[in-house]
Amino acid sequence: MARIIKKELLNENVSRLTVDAPHIARAARPGQFVVIIPREDAERIPLTIADADVAKGTITIIFQIVGATTTVLDSLPEGAEIAHLLGPLGTPSHIAKLGTVVVIGGGVGIAEIYPAVKAHKAIGNEVITIIGARNKELLIYEKELTAYSSRLVVTTDDGSAGRKGFVSDELKDIIASGKKIAEVVAVGPVPMMRVCCETTKPHGIKTVVSLNPLMLDATGMCGVCRVTVGGQIKFACVEGPEFDGHQVDFAELTARLKGYKDVEKQAHDHVCRLLKGLEK
Amino acid sequence: MAEKKKRLHMQERTAAERVRDFQEVPLGYTPEEAMAEAKRCIQCKNPLCVKGCPVEVKIPEFIKLVAEGKFAEASRKIKETNALPAVCGRVCPQEEQCELKCILGVKGEPVAIGTLERFVADWEREHGKQEPRRSAAGSRVAVVGSGPAGLTCAGDLARLGYQVTIFESLHVTGGVLTYGIPEFRLPKKIVDLEVEYVKTLGVEVKTDMLIGNVYTIEELLKDYKAVFIGSGAGLPKFMGIPGENLDGVYSANEYLFRVNMMKAWKFPESLTPVKIGKRVAVVGGGNVAMDAARVSLRLGAAEVTILYRRTQEEMPARIEEIKRAREEGIVFKILTLPVAYHAAEKGWVKEAECLQMELGEPDASGRRRPVAIPHSEFRLPVDTVIVAIGNSPNPLIPMRTPALKTEKWGGVIVTAEGLTSLPSVYAGGDIVRGAATVISAMGDGKRAAKAIDRLLSPVKQ
Repeated sequence: MARIIKKELLNENVSRLTVDAPHIARAARPGQFVVIIPREDAERIPLTIADADVAKGTITIIFQIVGATTTVLDSLPEGAEIAHLLGPLGTPSHIAKLGTVVVIGGGVGIAEIYPAVKAHKAIGNEVITIIGARNKELLIYEKELTAYSSRLVVTTDDGSAGRKGFVSDELKDIIASGKKIAEVVAVGPVPMMRVCCETTKPHGIKTVVSLNPLMLDATGMCGVCRVTVGGQIKFACVEGPEFDGHQVDFAELTARLKGYKDVEKQAHDHVCRLLKGLEK
Repeated sequence: MAEKKKRLHMQERTAAERVRDFQEVPLGYTPEEAMAEAKRCIQCKNPLCVKGCPVEVKIPEFIKLVAEGKFAEASRKIKETNALPAVCGRVCPQEEQCELKCILGVKGEPVAIGTLERFVADWEREHGKQEPRRSAAGSRVAVVGSGPAGLTCAGDLARLGYQVTIFESLHVTGGVLTYGIPEFRLPKKIVDLEVEYVKTLGVEVKTDMLIGNVYTIEELLKDYKAVFIGSGAGLPKFMGIPGENLDGVYSANEYLFRVNMMKAWKFPESLTPVKIGKRVAVVGGGNVAMDAARVSLRLGAAEVTILYRRTQEEMPARIEEIKRAREEGIVFKILTLPVAYHAAEKGWVKEAECLQMELGEPDASGRRRPVAIPHSEFRLPVDTVIVAIGNSPNPLIPMRTPALKTEKWGGVIVTAEGLTSLPSVYAGGDIVRGAATVISAMGDGKRAAKAIDRLLSPVKQ
């Protein structure tokens, strides 16, 4: 059980929870995640730890309301207990003093890059942050990220804020400007991460991606999160979720993410009926 | 001496009835049947059966009490050495252990020790009194994992007066007893009650605690005088053949985890789904393969096929489980090796490409090596493939504990008493052995508990 201390809506689809979990806050490192079971009958879902406050004993998680279990999670008010919270999981990001690091976040991935941006800044790297969303309303964390970035660039698909276009357009321009980049970190939807990797590969710029395959136990037992990296099977829950993006088989990852799409609606409809009180 | 009667076999539900639900297959003994079977035991002065039991259950003594109708006393006698009798009575391979050594087995059938143990545990559950919860004041010991090894080690240490905390990574206790073995072979209610019993001995259980990540072993040693690692063989093996990462190809762990742990059989009331389609192929010949196949039937698969590269003779599964799987209509394609899987347009598996095998010369395991017959390829239409070819020791704790020595294949290296390469850190069960049996894990837990007691209470010895 873990109590929700604070709940905020960042936009119509994304919520931020501050949760009481001192043992997780103490051990959490950038790049790690938790598994949440909001209610006993719900799924185990992996969510990135977006921040940890050791003094207060809390962690922050940010999630998009996309399916049945995130809908259940979003139905819990401040003060409510999350049935199960497990973490920190996965292998932490490798943070080293490198020079200039470009950190890219797309969609809800914008919030997920916050720990990496903070850590790269703290170790003395120059951090250029690029964040992208479909439109202005969906942009999150601009203020928080600005505080730790040497430069923050916003892109939107429709041009309603910042540069019109994709995060990869800005990345291309930075590379073209001749700026020496030591590492790129890209976190967001699979197509975004794939395009970022395709952009950096010809220039030999190391690019780290945080993968989001399906997970069940998320402790290395079931293998549903297996991804092919450099021709080898890796379990993203334990060996990841971060990998060298130039080695990742994105086509396989995309296919494996679709495996259960058709039944998700069934679960979502069930939860919506339940929450409306039409069923017991 | 009275003539020894034939062994009484448990009644079982018919195959047609049982494949429609997840309830248990055998029905257990009535008290009359149990007393009759117990009277077959000749009460050897030097009982060999006990030597066949990794947890040293006082077999002739408890059976004598059953024969006299003293079921509560029989239960106490078993629990002197075994905290999980209802589990052992169901899933131990008695035919290879206690019953293999039974002297009656030389000329006829051995005493049904496992069934009697099961009867006593079930009788106790229905009629016994709840024991008051004990509290302990001795040294603190941490146990990692609430599977059979961890529960046994924790229970034994608590009985010796230690303050024991179990750290379980999942949200439910029981380890493989919960996520691995299906309801119809080991009801979860029984596992829960066995865990409750261990709690009444004074053991504290913390779920959602992944040791290695939340606390390292070194950190645990600051708060606990000793640590027992029983983190199991959670890492599923794959064959590394083309198409193994297609949608619809599951590890047995994933498949059974969805069904047993997450209750996917009642989706969408339980929000974790499982998709199997009509034609299921299960790769492997062990108990887990039988479990996955029989679960598939119960989830509504029309045709379930076991693919095994050797013959039924070499299958590691218990004969009893193979028999039940056959009765229920599982198709056995022996001498068959999958070499690739092919997908339909949307990326879901559609066919298993297989080779026909024949048996050649014996290999290192002493079993005849399967050899492919040239040009014997054929394709089997499938909607689901479940890979049940075994598990390796869970690598997480070794990964996070560099000083902990392991074998090349991942098993944690221990001494005869279960001590690892780290002082005060013990290990047992599948993390040491690779995928083995529930009872061998319990034996390891018991052995480590004794060693930890010697370590922490040298004065008593």
